[in-house]
Amino acid sequence: MTKQKMSGARAVIESLHCENVEVIFGYPGGQVLPLYDELYDADVRHILVRHEQAAAHAADGYARATGKAGVCLATSGPGATNLVTGIATAYMDSVPMVAITGQVPRSLIGYDAFQEANITGITLPITKHNYLVQDAKDIPRIFKEAFYIAQTGRPGPVLIDIPKDTQIEVIDFEYPQEVKLRGYKPTYAGNEQQIKKAASLIVKAEKPIFYVGGGIIFSKASEELRTLAETILAPVTTTLMGMSAFPTAHPLSVGMLGMHGTRYANYAVQESDLIIAVGVRFDDRVTGKISAFAPNAKIIHIDIDPAEISKNVRVDIPIVGDAKNVLKSLTKYIKIEQAKTDGWIKKIEAWKKEYPLTYKKDKLLRPQYVVEQISEICPDAIIVTEVGQNQMWAAQFFNYKTPGTFISSGGLGTMGYGFPAAIGAKVGKPESTVIDISGDGSFQMNSQELATVVQEDIPVIVAILNNGFLGMVRQWQELFFDRRYSSTCVENSVDFVKLAEAYGALGLRATRKSEVKDVIEEAVASKRPTVIDFVVEREENVSPMVPAGAAINEILDLE
Amino acid sequence: MKHTLAILVENKPGVLTRVAGLFSRRGFNIESLAVGVTENKDISRITILVSGDDNVLEQVEKQLNKLIDVIRVSDIPADESVNRELALIKVGVDTTTRAEVMQIVDIFRAKIVDVGIKSLVIEVTGDESKINAMEQLLRQFGIKEMVRTGKIAMNRGAKVVQSEKR
Repeated sequence: MTKQKMSGARAVIESLHCENVEVIFGYPGGQVLPLYDELYDADVRHILVRHEQAAAHAADGYARATGKAGVCLATSGPGATNLVTGIATAYMDSVPMVAITGQVPRSLIGYDAFQEANITGITLPITKHNYLVQDAKDIPRIFKEAFYIAQTGRPGPVLIDIPKDTQIEVIDFEYPQEVKLRGYKPTYAGNEQQIKKAASLIVKAEKPIFYVGGGIIFSKASEELRTLAETILAPVTTTLMGMSAFPTAHPLSVGMLGMHGTRYANYAVQESDLIIAVGVRFDDRVTGKISAFAPNAKIIHIDIDPAEISKNVRVDIPIVGDAKNVLKSLTKYIKIEQAKTDGWIKKIEAWKKEYPLTYKKDKLLRPQYVVEQISEICPDAIIVTEVGQNQMWAAQFFNYKTPGTFISSGGLGTMGYGFPAAIGAKVGKPESTVIDISGDGSFQMNSQELATVVQEDIPVIVAILNNGFLGMVRQWQELFFDRRYSSTCVENSVDFVKLAEAYGALGLRATRKSEVKDVIEEAVASKRPTVIDFVVEREENVSPMVPAGAAINEILDLE
Repeated sequence: MKHTLAILVENKPGVLTRVAGLFSRRGFNIESLAVGVTENKDISRITILVSGDDNVLEQVEKQLNKLIDVIRVSDIPADESVNRELALIKVGVDTTTRAEVMQIVDIFRAKIVDVGIKSLVIEVTGDESKINAMEQLLRQFGIKEMVRTGKIAMNRGAKVVQSEKR
């Protein structure tokens, strides 16, 4: 490639081209004016959000739906700090993202200039890596490295802070072919010896269980997981991040484990003699009381991040590598004549029959029913969630078939994530129906994005499970604070139908069971951005539940 | 249990912040720290004394290795390495005490690097215990000021901490 003379701002756009970036989510401001001037006639789609936090979440949702790095852009100071929650969300859930921020000119850095914030300092603990451009000629190299770091190994967000004067400076542009990072070399192939050891444990196990998470989805290892699970006949439980990695309706699926997992998944983990953990990190919401977690099990832990191995629990056989590669080679070493797990599978099936995931099926409109109806009417939809009760019901009552069709803020638990993330997902997968299963609390944290979806004609559906409460916190107050509903009642605060209409979106409402199917079908058929206000039972609880600090088999059914 | 870690990093702005920030964020305790450039001017070497059990040390090493600018982390075993700190100590003296202080300096193979009418500046290098002992002895004369570097360490024999596998 020959060198071309161009401004730093142009070099940013060219770098995005070289990385095949089709869309960026952003919001302009003083220190990104040169960049926005270049974007004016660039053939990269720019989606103007109404709050920078939404730009970061949309980039995140785009990345989770497509597997490619999402890109967001904001100005210096408040623009940059508004991205922070979105970056932290992506970091906790290992989402590939490149966040670009403007910065005050180099000569003003450190002088508390107007709209100056030390965003590289602020995002140090919530990015995989970050850069402050000190010299415009570094822009191509930095972009090459940023996209490489964001999308390889354990993915994560990378931030590039670009002072305004470096956007104007003219450089010789040449995009590097490869990266040279001597301190960064992710391991993809698992160690053969470790894999053989794991295989020998697996063939001997009588009560094995797979415990799988987001790593399966990011490495596209669902097929390999399924093959191995069917070969050794072992049940599969997923984390919240792993929802959709294994089909919900598969006979070997035991659903989600942990705090709001199924009884049978939690029982199976506690009684297992071997846990095959893949792309998971033994989070406290999964393990419950850690000293009582799976007392009889040996643990094989497969993860691309060596730092996750033995972080929270000691493992017997660590394998560092990409889930897809490792599961594939593991399957080669497994020779089973007669599966030893018949008794185990029978026991789990009995638990499934005895303790099914359920709710009260009367004539009242309950939130779980809404999720089941969405599952029935839109079986192939991409489900995005907010955080709280809506998120748990979306995980429990939707029948997931395709990997990557459940998108949720798992690690950070960011309310307000779902709607903008749904925008990103819909932009990345325009042919899919994208539904944000929402709560009335969470939706109000980023409802201003209705302006974005209407202006850009992004027909996402927001299904609000409206109970007039900040439901999950209310549930905890009911259970542990004597029903003292301190600041959790938000009843009648908004007319969501009118709100949608005010922005030019379609607003629908269902207050009875009989209306649910119709409004969902109407929303899908309208092909317009739609908000559906499902006025549901107010004090419904997410059940079952493991109280914080208890072992995961000490699980309670809640009315 | 204390461990001495030699960390090779890219010699770039902000790298020390990344390393130090990691320690505070993850709740690891830094007992001492020294930084300087290596034989390769693109690479700096950070020597950190960290306390904690084997699990803590394992996490520290793994988390450090996750930083893009960290090239290599190496645990330097105390009994197979040379460890040094340096201290400058300003001691108040008069005609009656000057000779005695100079004698102590001699015994410790330290150096007097500045002489004033009422004070001496002493430079001493050695391991932690030697410097502590020297400080203890000089205290009776009145230490007016003292500054110590963090520990630096190097493996004995042919073993080296390399930036890349050869």
